[in-house]
Amino acid sequence: MAYVAIADRDHEIEHHDPQTFITKYVWSQDHKVIAVQYGLTAIFVGVIALILSAMMRLQLGFPEDVHFVNPENYYQFITMHGMIMVIYLLTALFLGGFGNYLIPLMCGSRDMVFPYMNMLSYWVYLLSVLILLASFFVPGGSTGAGWTLYPPQAIMPGTPGVEWGIVLMLISLAVFIVAFTMGGLNYITTVLQARCRGMTLMRMPLSVWGIFTATVLGLLAFPALLVSAIMMLLDKTLMTSFFMPAVSSMGADPGYTGGSPILFQHLFWFFGHPEVYIVALPAFGIVSDLLSTHARKNIFGYRMMVWAIIAIGGLSFIVWAHHMYVSGMHPYFGFFFATTTLIIAVPTAIKVYNWVLTLWQGHIHLRTPMLFAIGFIFTFIHGGLTGLFLGNVTIDLPLSDTYFVVAHFHMVMGVSPILVVFGAIYHWFPKITGKMYNETLGKWHFWMTFLGTYAIYLPMHYLGFQGVPRRYFAMGNTDFLPASAQDLNAAITVSALFVAATQILFFVNVIWSLKSGKPAGSNPWKATSLEWQTPDTPPKHGNWGHDLPVCYRWAYDYSVPGYPDDFIPQNVPPDKAPAGREHGGDH
Amino acid sequence: MEFILLVLAVILAVFFGWLLKQSFNTRPWVAETVSETAHEAPLGANAKTIALSVLMAVMTSFFALVMSAYAERMELGDWVPLSEPALLWVNTGILVVASFAFQWTRQAAIDDRVARLLPGMALTGLLSFAFLAGQLLAWRELMADGLTLSGNPANAFFYFLTAVHGLHLLGGLVVWAMATARLAAGHGTVRVRRSIELCAVYWHFLLVVWLVIFGYLLST
Repeated sequence: MAYVAIADRDHEIEHHDPQTFITKYVWSQDHKVIAVQYGLTAIFVGVIALILSAMMRLQLGFPEDVHFVNPENYYQFITMHGMIMVIYLLTALFLGGFGNYLIPLMCGSRDMVFPYMNMLSYWVYLLSVLILLASFFVPGGSTGAGWTLYPPQAIMPGTPGVEWGIVLMLISLAVFIVAFTMGGLNYITTVLQARCRGMTLMRMPLSVWGIFTATVLGLLAFPALLVSAIMMLLDKTLMTSFFMPAVSSMGADPGYTGGSPILFQHLFWFFGHPEVYIVALPAFGIVSDLLSTHARKNIFGYRMMVWAIIAIGGLSFIVWAHHMYVSGMHPYFGFFFATTTLIIAVPTAIKVYNWVLTLWQGHIHLRTPMLFAIGFIFTFIHGGLTGLFLGNVTIDLPLSDTYFVVAHFHMVMGVSPILVVFGAIYHWFPKITGKMYNETLGKWHFWMTFLGTYAIYLPMHYLGFQGVPRRYFAMGNTDFLPASAQDLNAAITVSALFVAATQILFFVNVIWSLKSGKPAGSNPWKATSLEWQTPDTPPKHGNWGHDLPVCYRWAYDYSVPGYPDDFIPQNVPPDKAPAGREHGGDH
Repeated sequence: MEFILLVLAVILAVFFGWLLKQSFNTRPWVAETVSETAHEAPLGANAKTIALSVLMAVMTSFFALVMSAYAERMELGDWVPLSEPALLWVNTGILVVASFAFQWTRQAAIDDRVARLLPGMALTGLLSFAFLAGQLLAWRELMADGLTLSGNPANAFFYFLTAVHGLHLLGGLVVWAMATARLAAGHGTVRVRRSIELCAVYWHFLLVVWLVIFGYLLST
């Protein structure tokens, strides 16, 4: 039985209780410390990727005046920016960071089921980050193959970083996948095995559902990236021909015979599309909890929300070829993938409606986490709607190589998840550190980021419709583009630099609050889920003191009629709840 | 991509079916004390068993993807098939026997016949290493015939599939070595038995993977 299994583990917990600074904060097996390590590392590489994007924007906005980016650098920056943001920041932060922190606390367990493997997962992740960053400094620099690394150009002379950059990139990806698999095994097993008594699956907060399902997707999808990375590495180093067709390069025959570049695209996107939802599902889950907590209302349609997460997860595996319309395919396949892509809109729309209906007549507190959560609804609807455009073959073909696509995917999987990341950090900051953040700074951070990103990406859609091509280092004199397109490009750059600079507010806030923030208390938001009911704040090693919590209700008993408080924590038994109704919230 | 879609359909159907069963007809908003019997372990299994199952699902996905890539590549017009060395039949036989040996050892672990454990493990290890050596010999035969890795895609896929399968077996042998070392040191504890049981499952899994790979290679 699950809870006996945890009880069995009590002596193990004592066994690895950390003693020294090193075992407590460096080689730590505590899920909370590992979560912070994951988070800090991910944010660190994220800042590097942000700086890269600022340099690209400078080049695009003011090609005449900026001279420190040459075309090779530009492609290297694109590649590293994309890869870092998608994999090393968002995947690592949502699953390694929030997954690690929230799963044991929200499920009422003392730690991950395999703490040692959890620690190993972080250090292997750090290794992959170091390998990736090392590629900036090798001869030839990092790879400039684009974040999709399409062969044959990725490993052909002429692409920046073809000597070492691409090799390090592929190795780094393989190492990352090993790290993720170790972490993922832990997340799955902990959710299935180590929940506290009474925490049935359908009482788990949606954050856990989102992270759990995303982990399942990751475990099944990342092997596709692993296969393609290893095969391309073999093509590059041992001259196999998995992906490399018989080509001549600079008049010489490099010796490849009969590989299939399209095969790589299939494998890559078989990973690449679920990856979108590996990032999005945790965001969906977390945002549901933020909205419910700060609107003091139960989440609308909890079961529907869970099933929608599962449905999106399943569907995400049969839409991958919509990234390959321009590569050409049988019209029936195009029809199939367009249909499946549009079907995903159904469960996604259910989620959006339910978020909005959760806000409906709620007692909304516009605190910083809530602002970010509501901001997410806007940006996600926005990015989702342009996704409906691009899911159709006939609309995708002309738009695919324009800024419209850049605007679409940045809105849907750049801005939206990042808004949730910020909201979640502000929301759980009091629990992680025991200190309250500065609300005023937080609100400034939100408004400047939110409005700033719109100033970046709304005009980009328009540029896309005008036909401004993406991936170009500079537009030069292009007849079909009016001169005003470049003016708009410059304005976008100004907004982008503004948003990038705004993030300083976030770091100032975090550092200032760590030092001089007010003590937060154990449950500043009056939230119901278990992580807010720990005996200590921040929670100590083992989380729960002597006794594990027992769960009696779902995580959404807010504003239950007939109760004096507007929330009932999950570990309050029905007979102990103040006032007299037996079933909380059964209305 | 038929392989991976088929495999995923099965994995996801099982998993999501189970999730739906757990979540259907529940009323999550009702607060009540869950009785002890109502909260059996979700899968009636311990953590390591779940972890191994998840890991095998990940590996299944990995191998299915390689096979899908193989199938996809084969459809192109210029495919030059590879004739597999006959030695592979011998290797396959060895792996089948290794799996039987492990099952025998596993049964001994369950029945608590401690004396059988060490010989059983030794036999299994020996057969597994023999299999790996046989695979290397098969490689040498191919190379002697001039069928090198970079020769054509069929060769590359053959080397790749056999190599990753061998590496997975080698990974299993690490756990096998630790369990055997503990057995030899006289720790006839519950934990060694547990890892023997899980190892045996893993060996059967790798045998099935190999049979599918081998069968598919032969048929093409």
